[in-house]
Amino acid sequence: MSKLFISCDQATTICDKNQYGEATVLDKLKLGLHFLRCKICKMYTKQNALLSRVFGVYADEKCSEKKYLSVEDKQEIEEKIAEKLN
Amino acid sequence: MFLKIFIPSLVQNQLIPVTTKHTLVPEKWVQSYSDYLYNYTITRVNNDELSKDLVQETFFAGLKSMKNFQGMASERTWLISILKRKIIDHYRKINSKKGKAEVRMNFYKDGENEGEWIEERAPNSWSSDADKDIENGELKNTLEECIGRLPEKYGMVFKMKTIQGFETEEICKELEITPSNLWVIIHRARTQLRKCMEDNWFNN
Repeated sequence: MSKLFISCDQATTICDKNQYGEATVLDKLKLGLHFLRCKICKMYTKQNALLSRVFGVYADEKCSEKKYLSVEDKQEIEEKIAEKLN
Repeated sequence: MFLKIFIPSLVQNQLIPVTTKHTLVPEKWVQSYSDYLYNYTITRVNNDELSKDLVQETFFAGLKSMKNFQGMASERTWLISILKRKIIDHYRKINSKKGKAEVRMNFYKDGENEGEWIEERAPNSWSSDADKDIENGELKNTLEECIGRLPEKYGMVFKMKTIQGFETEEICKELEITPSNLWVIIHRARTQLRKCMEDNWFNN
């Protein structure tokens, strides 16, 4: 039974996991019990949800940009390969 | 009966493409695969210079082991398998001694307060309109800076999971770590990011 009561470190780990929808039912129960006696972790959870939204906006932007090697970089690698082939 | 007559010819037809052997043409590697390999790398390590180095090393390693190429996989698949190894090697390197010293502790590690928040790293309340402009460009810059301050290992796993949206299982497989290992890393990255964002944005 004592395992139901967790530390702030464990509670916030579950909270982080929950941000990706991967916390189990038991995890969430432990988290709820922890909130009853810890206001700080409750606040962490609220802030964490906001951070997830910030990360989400950033991710949308990041994933739409494609990055390529420059023409010079490609040429440089091509030359090195040619060198090694000879 | 009817089927039996047709099966041999069907099997024969399907076997033809399977038996074709793939070949390696290193003169065309850069032209054909460098963009693909580079994007594959940058979504994992998210560092331009390092990505370039890893792609280059992949080609060099490919040249060295050309004689071991059996022709069973396509050229691209073969190069990716070499690159994957390079990425794991890089992860292992940053996971060893150097990364460990940089980690900021957010919770007491032992003593009677074990697992509790260290006071100066515990959350402070944010202003009520903190969620007002999350699309703000400066907020993005602050976040980028905070991510940049994470130890490389934490940054790498955090970005794969949160920014690129890889599945937990996939990351664990690619970096050869366990799920509980992954969650500890994500947890440490996020608690450190929270503190950094609080100091530089939400309570500024």
